[in-house]
Amino acid sequence: MSVPAVSIANAANAANSARLARLQAKARTLRLHVLRMAERVGQGYVGQGLGIADLLAVIYFDAMRYDPQRLDWPERDRFVLSIGHYSIALYAALAEAGVFPLDEMDSYGADGSRLEMSGSEITPGFEMTGGSLGHGLGQAVGMAIGHRLAGRASRTFLLMSDGELQEGSTWEAAMAGAHYHLDTLIAFIDCNNQQADGPPASVMGIEPVHDKWAAFGWHVQRIDGNDIGAIVAAVAIAQASSGRPHAIVLDTLMGKGVPLFEKREKNHFIRVAPEEWAQARLQAAGHDPAR
Amino acid sequence: MSATAIPASPSSAARGTTGSILTSDTAGAANLATAPFGHALVAAGERDPRIVGLTADLGKYTDMHVFSARFPERFVQVGMAEQNLIGIAAGLARTGHVPFATTYCVFATRRAYDFIAIGAALGRANVKIVAGLPGLTTGYGGTHQGIEDLALMRAVPGLTVIDPCDATEMAQATDAAARHDGPVYLRLLRGQVPVVFDPATHRFEIGKARLLREGSDVAIVSTGLMTARALDAAATLAREGVRVAVLHMPTIKPFDRDALLELATRVPRLVTAENHVVTGGLASAVADALADEGLAVRLQRIGIPDCFCDSGSLPFLVKRYRMDADSIAAAARAVMQPRAPRIPTQ
Repeated sequence: MSVPAVSIANAANAANSARLARLQAKARTLRLHVLRMAERVGQGYVGQGLGIADLLAVIYFDAMRYDPQRLDWPERDRFVLSIGHYSIALYAALAEAGVFPLDEMDSYGADGSRLEMSGSEITPGFEMTGGSLGHGLGQAVGMAIGHRLAGRASRTFLLMSDGELQEGSTWEAAMAGAHYHLDTLIAFIDCNNQQADGPPASVMGIEPVHDKWAAFGWHVQRIDGNDIGAIVAAVAIAQASSGRPHAIVLDTLMGKGVPLFEKREKNHFIRVAPEEWAQARLQAAGHDPAR
Repeated sequence: MSATAIPASPSSAARGTTGSILTSDTAGAANLATAPFGHALVAAGERDPRIVGLTADLGKYTDMHVFSARFPERFVQVGMAEQNLIGIAAGLARTGHVPFATTYCVFATRRAYDFIAIGAALGRANVKIVAGLPGLTTGYGGTHQGIEDLALMRAVPGLTVIDPCDATEMAQATDAAARHDGPVYLRLLRGQVPVVFDPATHRFEIGKARLLREGSDVAIVSTGLMTARALDAAATLAREGVRVAVLHMPTIKPFDRDALLELATRVPRLVTAENHVVTGGLASAVADALADEGLAVRLQRIGIPDCFCDSGSLPFLVKRYRMDADSIAAAARAVMQPRAPRIPTQ
């Protein structure tokens, strides 16, 4: 008995819808975790944490093969965080994944905590110490070569920032990634259009980002980094394409999911008044990216 | 040692020329060994399949070509990109490999310092940096002479820093670095390298000094290739009836404080000798230990003064910057003289 083609398509659509709905719920949860941590210290990299929550929901709850109970599993995929100040978002993902207890998030930024403002390898689940910008891609290239030498199919995911494209070492590593045809390497570049001294266009222009990576020999996609469906699709497209490393340029909105912060004048380091946290939580809990 | 009184150039008739960058300083060496690092790394690679070789366009010039010829599939050419050399090495270490990355001291330490400090040392990544042209081993001038690398590397927390004396120790230190779990900065003697120590009897051990010669009048504390000159100076002084101890300290960090203090307590007249500026390297490590212990010890420092060196032939440069055995002997005689009264300054 054959199943009608239209039924298969409907079933596939339904499965995909369920998958996206699940990831959107995860992203909402990660945003609430970010707010929980930031409120404890009254400030922090809230804008970055909220802006990148959609990506981390896809990486940690859909794309990546890893075992939160066995962080040293050699065959695992790696997620490399080059931008140490985004660690608030990674803490949220790792806590949600069960790498450490949810309650440990309350120690974010506290003296003696494993959850530092700028993350490092003292936190379980951190594959390297980022934060000195321009380090991540080189180490990710080394990891991808390392997996190949060891005969492992493991993939290396990297998150770097638009401002980081100003570091010369980024381009040394970009050259090496293409030279060695590292198609298991997927680099996400968060273009939130904000670095410490202002938008990159006024600090040191980085565009055309797509063309630069393409010219360096990378397979490039540029997507809305707050569209979970687009992120899932871009990862699938990258995995289907061999011979070149992959750059996925994410245009993201700092503070995404909390209109209070989305509309705020964009700052690298958002200041939040004490009475604003409750409103931010309500907005994050009710936010639906598909709406 | 004063930084100001550098001898003038010799007359034109006696002038040497800057040698090829490939040639080593083998003056006075009776025995030579070829590419001791490259062959030792191959031996380590035979034993340990995790070992990977990397270079930043200096494979032939750092003896890495010996390894890459034997294990082409375990060799990563990074090109002229020293930050990326260390970054890739750190990534390899984090995926279970034992990377040996080669370049010159100047490029590793000056250009890639942040990558060594954060990429390798902070997370204790198992990265081995093997760096050529230490101190005055090339006549190419300030761009290529690694004169302050030990100071830079010694300041990095958790980094092991080694300056071997000769071919025997180069090979043994390579093996020790491969077995050591943690980041290592190893100065490279490459090409034709003098054999000072008998491989059958000499034992290099990370963090251990070796008392090569006992003596009670004056003690020379030396590291790297300067130990060969220290032994020559000691032999010269012995003929004058001076009893000279020679303590070889190939590991700058961790520093063998106990061996130094044991000697300095018995022989409170020290000369340090290093192929490096006298700031921040061996002399400073010795002075730190003496000061911490509160020992009143007379100290003369042989090394490159606070300046970039000229280019020129190595014999000329070694004399010009008082890095030869005669200068070590002169410093030993000086440190045995009664201290001159301090001249009050206005």
